[in-house]
Amino acid sequence: MSILVVADHDNKALNPATLKTLTAAQAMGDDIHVLVAGENCADVANEVAKAAGVSKVLLADNAAYGHQLAENLSALVVSLGKSYSHIVASATTTGKNFMPRVAVLLDVAQVSDIIAVESADTFKRPIYAGNAIATVKCDEAIKVITVRSTAFDAVAAEGGSATVESIDDVFASDKVTFVGEQVAASERPDLSAARVVISGGRGMQNGENFALLEKVADKLGAAIGASRAAVDAGFVPNDMQVGQTGKIVAPELYIAVGISGAIQHLAGMKDSKVIVAINKDEEAPIFSVADYGLVADLFEALPELEKALS
Amino acid sequence: MKILVAVKRVIDYNVKVRVKADQSDVDLSNVKMALNPFCEIAVEEAVRLKEQGTAEEVVVVSIGPKSCQEQIRTALALGADRGIHVETDEMPDSLAVAKILNKLVAEEAPQLVILGKQSIDSDNNQTGQMLAALSDMPQGTFASEVKVDGDKVEVTREVDGGLQTLALSLPAIVTTDLRLNTPRYASLPNIMKAKRKPLDVKTPADLGVETGSKISVLKVESPAERSAGIKVADVAELVEKLKNEAKVL
Repeated sequence: MSILVVADHDNKALNPATLKTLTAAQAMGDDIHVLVAGENCADVANEVAKAAGVSKVLLADNAAYGHQLAENLSALVVSLGKSYSHIVASATTTGKNFMPRVAVLLDVAQVSDIIAVESADTFKRPIYAGNAIATVKCDEAIKVITVRSTAFDAVAAEGGSATVESIDDVFASDKVTFVGEQVAASERPDLSAARVVISGGRGMQNGENFALLEKVADKLGAAIGASRAAVDAGFVPNDMQVGQTGKIVAPELYIAVGISGAIQHLAGMKDSKVIVAINKDEEAPIFSVADYGLVADLFEALPELEKALS
Repeated sequence: MKILVAVKRVIDYNVKVRVKADQSDVDLSNVKMALNPFCEIAVEEAVRLKEQGTAEEVVVVSIGPKSCQEQIRTALALGADRGIHVETDEMPDSLAVAKILNKLVAEEAPQLVILGKQSIDSDNNQTGQMLAALSDMPQGTFASEVKVDGDKVEVTREVDGGLQTLALSLPAIVTTDLRLNTPRYASLPNIMKAKRKPLDVKTPADLGVETGSKISVLKVESPAERSAGIKVADVAELVEKLKNEAKVL
Protein backbone atom coordinates (compact mmCIF):
# COMPACT_ATOMS: atom_id res chain seq x y z
CA MET A 1 0.00 0.00 0.00
CA SER A 2 1.13 3.53 -0.71
CA ILE A 3 1.14 6.69 1.34
CA LEU A 4 -0.35 9.97 0.20
CA VAL A 5 1.28 13.10 1.59
CA VAL A 6 -0.53 16.38 0.97
CA ALA A 7 1.99 19.17 0.41
CA ASP A 8 1.74 22.49 2.23
CA HIS A 9 2.69 25.45 0.03
CA ASP A 10 1.76 28.96 -1.08
CA ASN A 11 1.59 28.19 -4.84
CA LYS A 12 5.17 29.45 -5.22
CA ALA A 13 7.29 27.40 -2.86
CA LEU A 14 6.99 24.30 -0.73
CA ASN A 15 6.61 24.85 3.01
CA PRO A 16 9.73 23.21 4.56
CA ALA A 17 7.34 21.54 7.02
CA THR A 18 6.40 19.16 4.21
CA LEU A 19 9.99 17.88 3.90
CA LYS A 20 9.85 17.02 7.59
CA THR A 21 6.46 15.40 7.22
CA LEU A 22 7.98 13.26 4.45
CA THR A 23 10.44 11.87 7.01
CA ALA A 24 7.50 10.86 9.20
CA ALA A 25 5.75 9.32 6.19
CA GLN A 26 8.84 7.28 5.30
CA ALA A 27 8.66 5.67 8.73
CA MET A 28 5.15 4.43 7.83
CA GLY A 29 5.91 2.91 4.43
CA ASP A 30 7.93 3.08 1.22
CA ASP A 31 5.86 4.14 -1.75
CA ILE A 32 5.21 7.82 -1.15
CA HIS A 33 3.04 9.97 -3.41
CA VAL A 34 2.71 13.71 -2.81
CA LEU A 35 -0.33 15.75 -3.79
CA VAL A 36 0.31 19.37 -4.72
CA ALA A 37 -3.05 21.10 -5.02
CA GLY A 38 -3.10 24.81 -5.77
CA GLU A 39 -3.27 27.40 -8.49
CA ASN A 40 -0.34 27.95 -10.87
CA CYS A 41 1.70 25.75 -8.58
CA ALA A 42 3.68 23.66 -11.10
CA ASP A 43 6.93 25.00 -9.62
CA VAL A 44 5.99 23.50 -6.28
CA ALA A 45 5.29 20.14 -7.91
CA ASN A 46 8.69 20.21 -9.60
CA GLU A 47 10.31 21.10 -6.30
CA VAL A 48 8.58 18.20 -4.54
CA ALA A 49 9.60 15.80 -7.34
CA LYS A 50 13.24 16.38 -6.37
CA ALA A 51 12.72 15.57 -2.71
CA ALA A 52 14.28 12.32 -1.52
CA GLY A 53 12.01 9.30 -1.28
CA VAL A 54 9.07 10.61 -3.29
CA SER A 55 7.95 8.18 -6.02
CA LYS A 56 5.13 10.20 -7.59
CA VAL A 57 3.81 13.74 -7.51
CA LEU A 58 0.14 14.43 -8.22
CA LEU A 59 -0.46 17.96 -9.42
CA ALA A 60 -3.97 19.42 -9.18
CA ASP A 61 -3.66 22.91 -10.60
CA ASN A 62 -6.92 24.83 -10.52
CA ALA A 63 -8.32 28.09 -9.17
CA ALA A 64 -10.52 26.03 -6.83
CA TYR A 65 -7.43 25.05 -4.84
CA GLY A 66 -5.65 28.41 -4.94
CA HIS A 67 -6.44 29.36 -1.36
CA GLN A 68 -6.37 25.82 0.05
CA LEU A 69 -10.06 26.04 0.97
CA ALA A 70 -10.82 23.06 3.18
CA GLU A 71 -14.08 22.18 1.43
CA ASN A 72 -12.42 21.82 -1.98
CA LEU A 73 -9.12 20.37 -0.89
CA SER A 74 -10.71 17.71 1.31
CA ALA A 75 -13.05 16.59 -1.48
CA LEU A 76 -10.08 16.21 -3.82
CA VAL A 77 -8.02 14.28 -1.25
CA VAL A 78 -10.94 11.95 -0.48
CA SER A 79 -11.41 11.24 -4.20
CA LEU A 80 -7.76 10.21 -4.48
CA GLY A 81 -7.25 8.79 -1.01
CA LYS A 82 -9.25 5.56 -0.97
CA SER A 83 -6.44 3.45 -2.39
CA TYR A 84 -3.85 4.59 0.15
CA SER A 85 -2.98 3.06 3.52
CA HIS A 86 -2.06 6.44 5.02
CA ILE A 87 -2.99 10.04 4.22
CA VAL A 88 -0.55 12.41 5.85
CA ALA A 89 -0.21 16.19 6.10
CA SER A 90 1.71 18.69 8.21
CA ALA A 91 -0.17 20.05 11.21
CA THR A 92 -0.03 23.58 9.84
CA THR A 93 -3.18 25.71 9.94
CA THR A 94 -3.93 24.37 6.44
CA GLY A 95 -3.45 20.73 7.45
CA LYS A 96 -5.46 21.19 10.63
CA ASN A 97 -8.22 22.80 8.60
CA PHE A 98 -8.85 20.19 5.90
CA MET A 99 -7.59 16.85 7.26
CA PRO A 100 -10.40 16.15 9.77
CA ARG A 101 -12.81 16.55 6.83
CA VAL A 102 -10.86 13.93 4.91
CA ALA A 103 -11.06 11.58 7.89
CA VAL A 104 -14.78 11.96 8.47
CA LEU A 105 -15.63 11.68 4.78
CA LEU A 106 -13.74 8.37 4.75
CA ASP A 107 -15.53 7.50 8.03
CA VAL A 108 -12.28 7.04 9.96
CA ALA A 109 -10.90 8.66 13.10
CA GLN A 110 -7.86 10.92 12.74
CA VAL A 111 -4.58 10.95 14.66
CA SER A 112 -3.49 14.58 15.11
CA ASP A 113 -0.11 16.18 15.57
CA ILE A 114 2.14 13.13 15.87
CA ILE A 115 5.71 13.59 17.14
CA ALA A 116 7.01 10.04 16.59
CA VAL A 117 6.22 7.01 14.42
CA GLU A 118 6.56 3.77 16.40
CA SER A 119 5.25 1.58 13.58
CA ALA A 120 2.90 1.88 10.61
CA ASP A 121 -0.10 2.05 12.97
CA THR A 122 1.33 3.31 16.26
CA PHE A 123 2.27 6.91 16.97
CA LYS A 124 3.20 9.26 19.77
CA ARG A 125 1.41 12.54 20.20
CA PRO A 126 1.37 15.26 22.84
CA ILE A 127 -1.80 15.80 24.87
CA TYR A 128 -2.65 18.31 27.61
CA ALA A 129 -0.52 21.02 25.99
CA GLY A 130 2.48 18.72 25.85
CA ASN A 131 2.31 17.90 29.55
CA ALA A 132 1.79 14.25 28.65
CA ILE A 133 2.74 12.13 25.66
CA ALA A 134 0.26 9.48 24.51
CA THR A 135 1.19 6.43 22.46
CA VAL A 136 -1.83 5.59 20.32
CA LYS A 137 -2.64 2.72 17.99
CA CYS A 138 -4.86 3.39 15.01
CA ASP A 139 -6.86 0.42 13.67
CA GLU A 140 -8.56 2.27 10.83
CA ALA A 141 -8.12 0.84 7.32
CA ILE A 142 -6.94 4.24 6.12
CA LYS A 143 -4.86 6.15 8.63
CA VAL A 144 -5.39 9.90 8.46
CA ILE A 145 -2.53 11.64 10.22
CA THR A 146 -1.25 15.16 10.81
CA VAL A 147 2.40 15.60 11.73
CA ARG A 148 4.03 18.11 14.06
CA SER A 149 6.85 18.80 11.66
CA THR A 150 9.24 20.32 14.22
CA ALA A 151 9.60 16.84 15.73
CA PHE A 152 11.14 15.42 12.54
CA ASP A 153 14.23 16.17 10.45
CA ALA A 154 13.72 17.15 6.82
CA VAL A 155 14.36 14.73 3.94
CA ALA A 156 16.92 15.92 1.40
CA ALA A 157 15.34 18.53 -0.86
CA GLU A 158 17.43 17.39 -3.82
CA GLY A 159 18.31 14.04 -5.34
CA GLY A 160 14.88 12.58 -6.10
CA SER A 161 13.35 12.29 -9.55
CA ALA A 162 9.66 11.52 -9.14
CA THR A 163 7.25 11.73 -12.05
CA VAL A 164 4.63 14.49 -12.02
CA GLU A 165 1.12 13.42 -12.99
CA SER A 166 -1.70 15.91 -13.54
CA ILE A 167 -5.06 15.52 -11.83
CA ASP A 168 -7.88 17.25 -13.64
CA ASP A 169 -10.71 16.68 -11.15
CA VAL A 170 -12.12 19.91 -9.82
CA PHE A 171 -14.06 20.16 -6.60
CA ALA A 172 -15.41 23.65 -5.94
CA SER A 173 -17.88 24.36 -3.16
CA ASP A 174 -20.31 27.18 -3.83
CA LYS A 175 -20.85 27.72 -0.10
CA VAL A 176 -17.54 29.38 0.61
CA THR A 177 -15.69 32.25 -1.06
CA PHE A 178 -12.28 33.69 -0.39
CA VAL A 179 -12.55 37.37 0.54
CA GLY A 180 -9.00 38.37 1.30
CA GLU A 181 -5.90 37.85 3.36
CA GLN A 182 -3.42 39.84 5.34
CA VAL A 183 -0.09 38.16 5.07
CA ALA A 184 2.49 39.44 7.49
CA ALA A 185 5.18 40.81 5.16
CA SER A 186 8.59 40.21 6.61
CA GLU A 187 12.15 39.90 5.44
CA ARG A 188 12.76 37.55 8.33
CA PRO A 189 12.63 33.78 8.20
CA ASP A 190 9.31 32.13 8.99
CA LEU A 191 8.86 31.55 12.70
CA SER A 192 8.13 27.83 12.37
CA ALA A 193 11.16 27.18 10.15
CA ALA A 194 13.81 29.58 11.51
CA ARG A 195 17.18 28.30 12.78
CA VAL A 196 17.16 30.97 15.49
CA VAL A 197 14.13 32.47 17.22
CA ILE A 198 14.20 35.40 19.63
CA SER A 199 10.97 36.05 21.54
CA GLY A 200 9.79 38.81 23.81
CA GLY A 201 7.32 38.67 26.66
CA ARG A 202 5.48 41.00 28.95
CA GLY A 203 8.85 42.29 30.15
CA MET A 204 9.24 44.12 26.84
CA GLN A 205 6.66 46.60 28.25
CA ASN A 206 5.33 47.73 24.85
CA GLY A 207 5.39 47.01 21.12
CA GLU A 208 7.96 49.70 20.31
CA ASN A 209 10.53 47.97 22.48
CA PHE A 210 10.37 44.94 20.18
CA ALA A 211 12.74 47.03 18.01
CA LEU A 212 15.45 45.98 20.47
CA LEU A 213 14.74 42.35 19.59
CA GLU A 214 14.72 43.17 15.89
CA LYS A 215 18.25 44.57 16.08
CA VAL A 216 19.52 41.36 17.66
CA ALA A 217 17.46 39.27 15.24
CA ASP A 218 19.09 41.09 12.31
CA LYS A 219 22.51 39.99 13.54
CA LEU A 220 21.40 36.37 13.94
CA GLY A 221 19.10 36.01 10.95
CA ALA A 222 16.46 35.13 13.50
CA ALA A 223 12.68 35.10 13.44
CA ILE A 224 10.89 37.08 16.13
CA GLY A 225 8.30 35.54 18.38
CA ALA A 226 6.32 36.57 21.43
CA SER A 227 4.68 35.05 24.46
CA ARG A 228 0.92 34.97 24.79
CA ALA A 229 1.21 37.60 27.54
CA ALA A 230 2.85 39.98 25.06
CA VAL A 231 0.17 39.24 22.46
CA ASP A 232 -2.70 39.60 24.95
CA ALA A 233 -1.22 42.92 26.10
CA GLY A 234 -1.43 44.08 22.47
CA PHE A 235 2.34 44.56 21.97
CA VAL A 236 2.46 42.45 18.81
CA PRO A 237 0.04 40.50 16.56
CA ASN A 238 -1.06 36.96 17.33
CA ASP A 239 0.78 35.38 14.41
CA MET A 240 3.98 35.97 16.40
CA GLN A 241 2.77 33.95 19.34
CA VAL A 242 4.88 30.98 20.39
CA GLY A 243 3.09 28.54 22.66
CA GLN A 244 0.48 25.87 22.89
CA THR A 245 -2.14 28.24 21.52
CA GLY A 246 0.23 29.78 18.97
CA LYS A 247 3.10 28.34 16.99
CA ILE A 248 5.13 25.36 18.08
CA VAL A 249 8.79 25.97 17.31
CA ALA A 250 11.96 23.92 17.74
CA PRO A 251 14.87 26.01 16.41
CA GLU A 252 18.55 25.36 17.07
CA LEU A 253 18.66 28.41 19.28
CA TYR A 254 15.72 29.97 21.15
CA ILE A 255 16.25 33.20 23.07
CA ALA A 256 13.46 34.12 25.51
CA VAL A 257 13.59 37.73 26.60
CA GLY A 258 11.42 39.09 29.38
CA ILE A 259 9.33 35.91 29.31
CA SER A 260 8.43 34.35 32.66
CA GLY A 261 7.91 30.86 31.22
CA ALA A 262 4.25 29.95 31.69
CA ILE A 263 3.45 26.29 30.90
CA GLN A 264 1.58 27.40 27.81
CA HIS A 265 4.70 29.14 26.44
CA LEU A 266 7.02 26.26 27.34
CA ALA A 267 4.76 23.88 25.40
CA GLY A 268 5.57 25.86 22.27
CA MET A 269 9.38 26.00 22.55
CA LYS A 270 10.76 23.42 24.93
CA ASP A 271 11.94 21.15 22.13
CA SER A 272 14.39 23.82 20.93
CA LYS A 273 17.98 22.56 20.87
CA VAL A 274 19.52 25.36 22.92
CA ILE A 275 17.45 27.71 25.08
CA VAL A 276 18.68 31.06 26.40
CA ALA A 277 16.65 33.07 28.90
CA ILE A 278 17.18 36.72 29.72
CA ASN A 279 15.04 37.91 32.61
CA LYS A 280 15.61 40.17 35.57
CA ASP A 281 13.63 37.89 37.90
CA GLU A 282 15.96 35.08 38.84
CA GLU A 283 13.02 33.01 40.11
CA ALA A 284 11.29 33.06 36.69
CA PRO A 285 10.27 29.50 35.65
CA ILE A 286 11.87 30.02 32.24
CA PHE A 287 15.27 29.48 33.88
CA SER A 288 14.28 25.91 34.77
CA VAL A 289 14.33 24.96 31.08
CA ALA A 290 17.10 27.28 29.89
CA ASP A 291 20.54 25.97 29.02
CA TYR A 292 21.96 29.43 29.56
CA GLY A 293 20.29 31.91 31.87
CA LEU A 294 21.21 35.56 32.20
CA VAL A 295 19.68 37.43 35.10
CA ALA A 296 19.71 40.98 33.79
CA ASP A 297 17.63 43.97 32.80
CA LEU A 298 16.74 43.27 29.17
CA PHE A 299 16.97 46.96 28.28
CA GLU A 300 20.69 46.78 29.07
CA ALA A 301 21.32 43.22 27.95
CA LEU A 302 19.77 43.48 24.45
CA PRO A 303 21.91 46.44 23.23
CA GLU A 304 24.98 44.70 24.70
CA LEU A 305 24.06 41.50 22.92
CA GLU A 306 23.57 43.34 19.65
CA LYS A 307 27.03 44.89 20.04
CA ALA A 308 28.67 41.59 20.99
CA LEU A 309 27.27 39.97 17.84
CA SER A 310 28.50 42.74 15.53
CA MET B 1 -31.35 32.84 13.90
CA LYS B 2 -30.65 29.94 16.19
CA ILE B 3 -27.06 29.23 17.28
CA LEU B 4 -25.88 25.86 18.54
CA VAL B 5 -22.73 25.86 20.67
CA ALA B 6 -20.91 22.66 21.58
CA VAL B 7 -18.89 22.70 24.80
CA LYS B 8 -16.57 20.25 26.54
CA ARG B 9 -15.77 19.62 30.19
CA VAL B 10 -11.99 19.46 30.62
CA ILE B 11 -9.33 19.82 33.29
CA ASP B 12 -9.02 23.45 34.40
CA TYR B 13 -6.25 25.08 32.42
CA ASN B 14 -4.48 26.20 35.61
CA VAL B 15 -4.11 22.65 36.93
CA LYS B 16 -0.76 20.93 36.55
CA VAL B 17 -1.36 17.66 34.75
CA ARG B 18 0.10 14.50 36.25
CA VAL B 19 0.47 11.13 34.58
CA LYS B 20 -0.75 8.05 36.50
CA ALA B 21 1.94 5.74 37.84
CA ASP B 22 0.68 2.85 35.68
CA GLN B 23 0.94 5.06 32.57
CA SER B 24 -2.66 4.31 31.60
CA ASP B 25 -3.76 7.96 31.46
CA VAL B 26 -3.41 11.29 33.20
CA ASP B 27 -4.73 11.45 36.75
CA LEU B 28 -8.06 13.27 36.75
CA SER B 29 -9.19 12.23 40.22
CA ASN B 30 -9.91 15.19 42.49
CA VAL B 31 -8.74 17.79 40.00
CA LYS B 32 -10.68 20.91 39.19
CA MET B 33 -12.67 20.65 35.96
CA ALA B 34 -13.92 23.56 33.89
CA LEU B 35 -15.36 24.67 30.59
CA ASN B 36 -12.73 24.29 27.86
CA PRO B 37 -11.35 27.83 27.26
CA PHE B 38 -12.02 27.76 23.50
CA CYS B 39 -15.60 26.60 24.17
CA GLU B 40 -16.05 29.47 26.60
CA ILE B 41 -15.11 31.85 23.78
CA ALA B 42 -17.66 30.07 21.56
CA VAL B 43 -20.42 30.62 24.14
CA GLU B 44 -19.43 34.27 24.54
CA GLU B 45 -19.54 34.86 20.78
CA ALA B 46 -23.00 33.30 20.52
CA VAL B 47 -24.31 35.34 23.44
CA ARG B 48 -22.91 38.55 21.90
CA LEU B 49 -24.66 37.75 18.62
CA LYS B 50 -27.86 37.36 20.59
CA GLU B 51 -27.31 40.64 22.44
CA GLN B 52 -26.76 42.39 19.10
CA GLY B 53 -30.11 41.09 17.91
CA THR B 54 -28.56 38.79 15.27
CA ALA B 55 -29.56 35.60 17.08
CA GLU B 56 -32.76 34.78 18.90
CA GLU B 57 -31.75 31.60 20.66
CA VAL B 58 -28.50 30.04 21.87
CA VAL B 59 -28.59 26.30 22.52
CA VAL B 60 -25.61 24.70 24.24
CA VAL B 61 -24.75 21.01 23.98
CA SER B 62 -22.22 18.90 25.84
CA ILE B 63 -21.39 15.22 25.48
CA GLY B 64 -20.03 13.17 28.35
CA PRO B 65 -20.79 11.93 31.86
CA LYS B 66 -23.48 13.43 34.08
CA SER B 67 -20.94 15.86 35.52
CA CYS B 68 -20.80 17.85 32.27
CA GLN B 69 -24.15 19.31 33.21
CA GLU B 70 -22.06 21.63 35.41
CA GLN B 71 -20.44 23.05 32.29
CA ILE B 72 -23.79 23.32 30.52
CA ARG B 73 -25.06 25.31 33.53
CA THR B 74 -21.97 27.52 33.31
CA ALA B 75 -22.78 28.23 29.66
CA LEU B 76 -26.42 28.94 30.58
CA ALA B 77 -25.20 31.36 33.26
CA LEU B 78 -23.12 33.12 30.60
CA GLY B 79 -26.29 33.70 28.60
CA ALA B 80 -27.23 30.59 26.62
CA ASP B 81 -30.96 29.82 26.63
CA ARG B 82 -31.20 26.07 26.93
CA GLY B 83 -29.01 23.01 27.19
CA ILE B 84 -28.77 19.53 25.70
CA HIS B 85 -26.75 16.91 27.49
CA VAL B 86 -25.82 13.78 25.55
CA GLU B 87 -24.95 11.45 28.38
CA THR B 88 -22.26 8.80 28.03
CA ASP B 89 -19.60 7.53 30.41
CA GLU B 90 -17.35 6.61 27.53
CA MET B 91 -14.89 9.06 26.05
CA PRO B 92 -16.12 9.29 22.47
CA ASP B 93 -13.48 10.30 19.90
CA SER B 94 -13.91 13.36 17.67
CA LEU B 95 -15.47 11.21 14.92
CA ALA B 96 -18.23 9.99 17.27
CA VAL B 97 -18.70 13.48 18.72
CA ALA B 98 -19.08 14.92 15.23
CA LYS B 99 -21.66 12.24 14.38
CA ILE B 100 -23.65 13.01 17.54
CA LEU B 101 -23.51 16.75 16.85
CA ASN B 102 -24.56 16.15 13.26
CA LYS B 103 -27.73 14.42 14.49
CA LEU B 104 -28.46 17.33 16.80
CA VAL B 105 -27.85 19.78 13.96
CA ALA B 106 -30.45 17.88 11.93
CA GLU B 107 -32.93 18.08 14.83
CA GLU B 108 -32.30 21.68 15.84
CA ALA B 109 -31.57 23.19 12.42
CA PRO B 110 -29.32 26.02 13.68
CA GLN B 111 -28.10 28.70 11.25
CA LEU B 112 -24.73 28.86 12.95
CA VAL B 113 -22.81 26.27 14.96
CA ILE B 114 -19.91 27.60 17.05
CA LEU B 115 -17.30 25.31 18.62
CA GLY B 116 -13.89 25.79 20.20
CA LYS B 117 -11.04 25.04 17.80
CA GLN B 118 -9.71 22.37 20.13
CA SER B 119 -10.05 21.05 23.64
CA ILE B 120 -7.08 21.50 25.93
CA ASP B 121 -7.09 17.86 27.02
CA SER B 122 -6.87 15.77 23.86
CA ASP B 123 -5.66 18.71 21.70
CA ASN B 124 -7.10 17.09 18.55
CA ASN B 125 -8.53 20.10 16.72
CA GLN B 126 -10.92 17.94 14.65
CA THR B 127 -14.54 18.14 15.74
CA GLY B 128 -15.66 21.38 14.05
CA GLN B 129 -14.15 20.41 10.72
CA MET B 130 -15.64 16.89 10.91
CA LEU B 131 -19.07 18.29 11.73
CA ALA B 132 -18.82 20.72 8.82
CA ALA B 133 -18.05 17.91 6.38
CA LEU B 134 -20.79 15.63 7.77
CA SER B 135 -23.47 18.31 7.76
CA ASP B 136 -22.29 19.74 4.44
CA MET B 137 -21.99 23.22 5.93
CA PRO B 138 -19.07 25.50 5.05
CA GLN B 139 -16.47 26.04 7.79
CA GLY B 140 -14.61 29.01 9.18
CA THR B 141 -12.04 27.61 11.60
CA PHE B 142 -9.68 29.41 14.04
CA ALA B 143 -11.85 32.54 13.90
CA SER B 144 -10.68 35.87 15.25
CA GLU B 145 -13.64 37.80 13.87
CA VAL B 146 -17.20 36.75 12.97
CA LYS B 147 -19.59 39.08 11.13
CA VAL B 148 -23.07 37.90 10.21
CA ASP B 149 -24.44 39.73 7.20
CA GLY B 150 -27.82 38.58 5.84
CA ASP B 151 -27.53 35.01 4.63
CA LYS B 152 -23.74 35.01 4.91
CA VAL B 153 -21.16 35.05 7.67
CA GLU B 154 -17.74 36.57 7.14
CA VAL B 155 -15.07 34.85 9.19
CA THR B 156 -11.53 36.12 9.68
CA ARG B 157 -9.22 33.21 10.43
CA GLU B 158 -5.87 33.02 12.20
CA VAL B 159 -3.58 31.20 9.78
CA ASP B 160 0.18 30.56 9.93
CA GLY B 161 1.13 33.48 7.71
CA GLY B 162 -1.35 36.03 9.09
CA LEU B 163 -5.11 36.35 8.62
CA GLN B 164 -7.50 34.99 6.00
CA THR B 165 -11.10 36.12 5.50
CA LEU B 166 -13.79 33.84 4.05
CA ALA B 167 -17.45 34.41 3.30
CA LEU B 168 -19.62 31.41 4.17
CA SER B 169 -23.23 30.92 3.21
CA LEU B 170 -25.44 30.11 6.19
CA PRO B 171 -25.93 27.68 7.80
CA ALA B 172 -22.23 27.47 8.66
CA ILE B 173 -19.72 26.18 11.21
CA VAL B 174 -17.31 28.43 13.07
CA THR B 175 -14.50 27.35 15.39
CA THR B 176 -12.98 29.88 17.75
CA ASP B 177 -9.44 31.05 18.27
CA LEU B 178 -8.25 32.92 21.33
CA ARG B 179 -8.49 36.46 20.08
CA LEU B 180 -12.13 36.25 19.01
CA ASN B 181 -13.33 37.73 22.32
CA THR B 182 -12.72 37.83 26.04
CA PRO B 183 -15.44 35.85 27.81
CA ARG B 184 -17.39 37.55 30.59
CA TYR B 185 -17.76 36.26 34.11
CA ALA B 186 -21.15 34.91 35.08
CA SER B 187 -22.93 37.08 37.63
CA LEU B 188 -24.49 35.51 40.70
CA PRO B 189 -28.08 36.33 39.64
CA ASN B 190 -27.37 34.75 36.24
CA ILE B 191 -25.90 31.66 37.90
CA MET B 192 -29.11 31.35 39.93
CA LYS B 193 -31.25 31.92 36.83
CA ALA B 194 -29.29 29.30 34.88
CA LYS B 195 -30.45 26.61 37.29
CA ARG B 196 -33.99 27.04 36.03
CA LYS B 197 -33.21 27.08 32.33
CA PRO B 198 -34.31 23.95 30.41
CA LEU B 199 -31.82 21.10 30.03
CA ASP B 200 -32.72 18.10 27.91
CA VAL B 201 -30.88 14.79 28.38
CA LYS B 202 -30.34 12.26 25.59
CA THR B 203 -27.97 9.36 24.96
CA PRO B 204 -25.84 8.56 21.90
CA ALA B 205 -28.12 5.52 21.37
CA ASP B 206 -31.17 7.84 21.21
CA LEU B 207 -29.41 9.56 18.33
CA GLY B 208 -28.31 6.27 16.74
CA VAL B 209 -24.58 6.84 17.15
CA GLU B 210 -22.02 4.25 18.28
CA THR B 211 -19.27 5.71 20.44
CA GLY B 212 -16.56 3.05 20.12
CA SER B 213 -13.21 4.22 18.74
CA LYS B 214 -10.63 2.55 16.52
CA ILE B 215 -7.89 4.61 18.10
CA SER B 216 -6.66 3.12 21.36
CA VAL B 217 -4.30 4.66 23.87
CA LEU B 218 -1.50 2.22 24.66
CA LYS B 219 0.43 4.39 27.07
CA VAL B 220 0.58 7.89 28.53
CA GLU B 221 3.95 9.18 29.73
CA SER B 222 5.39 12.37 31.12
CA PRO B 223 7.38 14.29 28.54
CA ALA B 224 11.17 14.21 28.72
CA GLU B 225 12.07 16.81 31.33
CA ARG B 226 14.44 19.54 30.35
CA SER B 227 16.82 20.35 33.12
CA ALA B 228 18.04 23.80 34.04
CA GLY B 229 21.45 24.66 32.66
CA ILE B 230 23.81 27.27 33.98
CA LYS B 231 23.56 30.95 34.78
CA VAL B 232 25.99 33.19 32.97
CA ALA B 233 27.34 36.36 34.55
CA ASP B 234 27.01 38.74 31.62
CA VAL B 235 26.37 39.08 27.90
CA ALA B 236 30.04 38.45 27.04
CA GLU B 237 29.99 35.07 28.79
CA LEU B 238 26.67 34.22 27.13
CA VAL B 239 28.02 34.89 23.64
CA GLU B 240 31.22 32.97 24.42
CA LYS B 241 29.23 29.92 25.60
CA LEU B 242 26.92 30.03 22.58
CA LYS B 243 29.92 30.16 20.26
CA ASN B 244 32.27 27.68 21.86
CA GLU B 245 30.18 25.36 24.02
CA ALA B 246 26.77 25.16 22.33
CA LYS B 247 28.23 26.01 18.91
CA VAL B 248 25.05 27.64 17.69
CA LEU B 249 26.53 30.97 16.71
